[in-house]
Amino acid sequence: MSTLPNSNNRSAEPLLGEEGFLQIVDVSKKFGEVTVVDRLHLSVRRKEFFALLGSSGCGKSTLLRIMAGLETPSSGRVILDGQDITDLPAHRRPVNMMFQSYALFPHMNVSANVAYGLKREGVARPEREERVREVLELVQMGAYASHMPSQLSGGQQQRVALARSLVKSPKLLLLDEPMSALDKKIRQKTQFELGTILQKVGVTCVMVTHDQEEAMTMADRLAVMSEGAIVQLGTPENVYEAPSTRFAAEFIGSTNVFTGTLAQDGGSALYCGELERPLELGFAMANARQGHAVQVSIRPERIRLSLPASDAQASTNNSALGVVEQIGYMGSYTLYYLRLPSSRVVMVHVPREILVAFDHEPDYGDIMQLRWSVRSLVVLS
Amino acid sequence: MARTTQPFYQRALLRWMPGAKGWAIGLPFAFLLVFFMLPFLMVLKISFAESTMDVPPFTHLLVLGQDKLTVLLNFESYLTIVQDDIYFAAYASSLTVAFFTTFFCLLVGYPTALLIANARPALRNLLLMGIILPFWTSYLVRVYAWIGILKDQGLANRLLMHLGLSDTPLALMHNTFGLYVGMVYSYLPYMVLPMYAFLVKMDASLPEAARDLGAKPWEVFFTITLPLSLPGMSAGCLLVFIPSVGEYVIPELLGSSQDLMIGRVMWSDFFNSIAWPLASAATCVMVALLLLPMAWFQRVQNREPQAL
Amino acid sequence: MKHLRRHLGSGFLALVFLFFYLPILSVVVYSFNESVIASQWTHFSLKWYAKLLGDSEILDACRTSLELALATACSSVVIGAWIGYVLANYRRFWGSTLFVAMVNAPLVLPEVISGISLLLLFVSLEQTLGWPQGRGMATMWIGHTMLCVSYVAITVQARLSAMDKSLTEAARDLGAPPLRVFFDITLPLIAPSLLAGWVLSLTISLDDVIMSAFLSGPETTTLPLALLSRMRLGLNPEINAIGTLIIAVVTLGVVANSYYLMKREQRQARHLRMAVLNTSSEGRVAQSPPT
Repeated sequence: MSTLPNSNNRSAEPLLGEEGFLQIVDVSKKFGEVTVVDRLHLSVRRKEFFALLGSSGCGKSTLLRIMAGLETPSSGRVILDGQDITDLPAHRRPVNMMFQSYALFPHMNVSANVAYGLKREGVARPEREERVREVLELVQMGAYASHMPSQLSGGQQQRVALARSLVKSPKLLLLDEPMSALDKKIRQKTQFELGTILQKVGVTCVMVTHDQEEAMTMADRLAVMSEGAIVQLGTPENVYEAPSTRFAAEFIGSTNVFTGTLAQDGGSALYCGELERPLELGFAMANARQGHAVQVSIRPERIRLSLPASDAQASTNNSALGVVEQIGYMGSYTLYYLRLPSSRVVMVHVPREILVAFDHEPDYGDIMQLRWSVRSLVVLS
Repeated sequence: MARTTQPFYQRALLRWMPGAKGWAIGLPFAFLLVFFMLPFLMVLKISFAESTMDVPPFTHLLVLGQDKLTVLLNFESYLTIVQDDIYFAAYASSLTVAFFTTFFCLLVGYPTALLIANARPALRNLLLMGIILPFWTSYLVRVYAWIGILKDQGLANRLLMHLGLSDTPLALMHNTFGLYVGMVYSYLPYMVLPMYAFLVKMDASLPEAARDLGAKPWEVFFTITLPLSLPGMSAGCLLVFIPSVGEYVIPELLGSSQDLMIGRVMWSDFFNSIAWPLASAATCVMVALLLLPMAWFQRVQNREPQAL
Repeated sequence: MKHLRRHLGSGFLALVFLFFYLPILSVVVYSFNESVIASQWTHFSLKWYAKLLGDSEILDACRTSLELALATACSSVVIGAWIGYVLANYRRFWGSTLFVAMVNAPLVLPEVISGISLLLLFVSLEQTLGWPQGRGMATMWIGHTMLCVSYVAITVQARLSAMDKSLTEAARDLGAPPLRVFFDITLPLIAPSLLAGWVLSLTISLDDVIMSAFLSGPETTTLPLALLSRMRLGLNPEINAIGTLIIAVVTLGVVANSYYLMKREQRQARHLRMAVLNTSSEGRVAQSPPT
């Protein structure tokens, strides 16, 4: 049972130096009666790629805009590299943003778009032109310097938008749903390219997205947000393997969640109405939760399918019998949906190489045995 | 923060003076108040004054005397309007003319807008330009042209007599017929353009869905197109009705002395009789009559601003 | 059956357009008519145009109208754009209902009401402040501006509302203070609607009868007023000549405008084709693994 610590946003102390390069201290934002961001604490390290993950309306975009200076927080402070920038207007912050719609100025060509920020800074023309050229080379758009935005494809516009936000060497780069406007096919390639460029430049990034795959791929650490607060914060591995709440477990990847109560006898067996055999939790997890209702998450890839064995095996804990109801062939793996005797449906993810070891692959209507280990159980709060 | 080092009076001034947003809204607001609201208040004030031969031809309302401030409100003008038949007739005829003008414009304008909206895109622009072009040329000259066409020796009559349809010239001008021709002619673009703008933005898949479900063409029109175009229709109708009530030039040039419209009455009160309080009172009554349609227009505008 | 309907439609449209253009055609045709009695065609002649050139009253009126119209167009665009900006960016503020009502009202209000009210305002101002001294260019200018401002405002408002908000935010993010944002980004993007508003104001001012009648002074006669007084006295064929000239100018303007629009559409189509080309080549490259 994983016991990785996860930061509870309410009790985190603001950190200094490398750790607290960007600090969000007790930031709230209310629009009229509605609280969109609720007393949030966050700390981003220098050169870290940090992702804010959540569905629409959770407050992640508002938080990003507060960092950019496009919204002012109702309360709280924003501190960047030791400087309190909360009261600084957007045009004076060393922060730049890549907008979801790219926001390329339609009446200026690519060069002029990228040079705009430098011009506002008062950079002299020779230096300006050199820096623009450099950054356009970096994003591989050097050949398109005199093109107008309307002549570019979506991916090209994105690269120009990136160049424009990098050319001023900001201390903090903000990315607002960078991949949302791209076709799925191009997305993966772009994620890789974007990550490479940002690593090369070495800038601290905060990205907002609703696509958990994107967050998992690109971020060093991520925060899952819901209703204005951080539900869980940690590395992608932490959050995936040890989700703290049902929301986090279901938002990232897919999972099967079971609810049950512990027996009063002090044992570590969790009795769940939907399963015939109890879940064996292991003593460490069981101790803290005597008498309470417990929610447990089991990832689909941690469940092993096998043909129903002799009675001896069938009566162990952490196992169940089910009927194959749906099969989804995904190429490198196959998804099975099995219905248990209690009518509960469980999702199981079987990789190709495991599947070929079967004498014959599970088919519709087959009765299979599902088994999982104690270690694959995660208790949710 | 730097704020605490500012001197006291500067801080106080900053707190009470409007910020950038205040100036941005305040200046145009002030402009509108001075040149739109204030004139109305003037009209209201003068409508309660008495007509004199001085310059300006009305009395003061507030007279500051020895120890008294006298407020003189004169209801003479309003009484005249209520009692004198001319005014009642003028208002009634103005409203009637405006109503029928709107009706005819709707009758002709709606199909026109519909036909243009349904035309091929290339043709559509050409047709639209055709409607807009007269709109940009001098309105006065075009009305004048109608005089040339409608008068006794005019084009229309000569054509009719030439074709043998009539022996003597028909009275087409200086009567109700001439008036309506002029009114409909001038106000038709104000009906067609907003209607067109609205129809063109309508979801084209809705009539298609109706046909798919088995509706015949005229059924599609009456059950889908017509109900959905109601907002556009109300915009167009209001854009024709409200200004028509106060129209002056067309009744003056093409109408008869029988078609007494309130615009002409007000004009003559103002310029011929120099009865400014009376004209002001007539104006106030007209505004009162138009308040409801104008509030309706306001609501239509706020839902969908008509970019003319 | 369908053909009949189509022909009915075309026929109806043809009648409507005939109705629209009959007076225009008659003006143009009769401007070249030699006879004084406009409806009797004698033979082709340019004498009315010649007379026009010698008619100092009309020429003065033309000049007055043009000066006034140019001034009105400029002031209307500035004030109207400002109002449109407020309407587009500030939803609710103290007095916003009144503000919006004041902007919408002139669009429909009968001009006699606007005319009388402004005149009475100026008269009262003259009494109390000593300005304006009688009626003239200044009063007409203000009156015409009041007429046009609303049209410009709603045009600009529509254009601003349709504009991508993130463009101004991006400019702020890149370091432009608010006034710079307006001049660098907002203004260029609303330029077409400003131009349209300018031309519309010009036309409204040149054409205006009632407001001008109320607010003009003894020295300042505009073209429509001069024409109106002549029309009242009887028919004057010079009017046809000047009408034809106006029609010619407007037609030229409309044709030039549509030509410009066509060229712009062609350019946009070309850009779009290039963008699509770029997109498809991007898609093909995406299949290969990242290097």
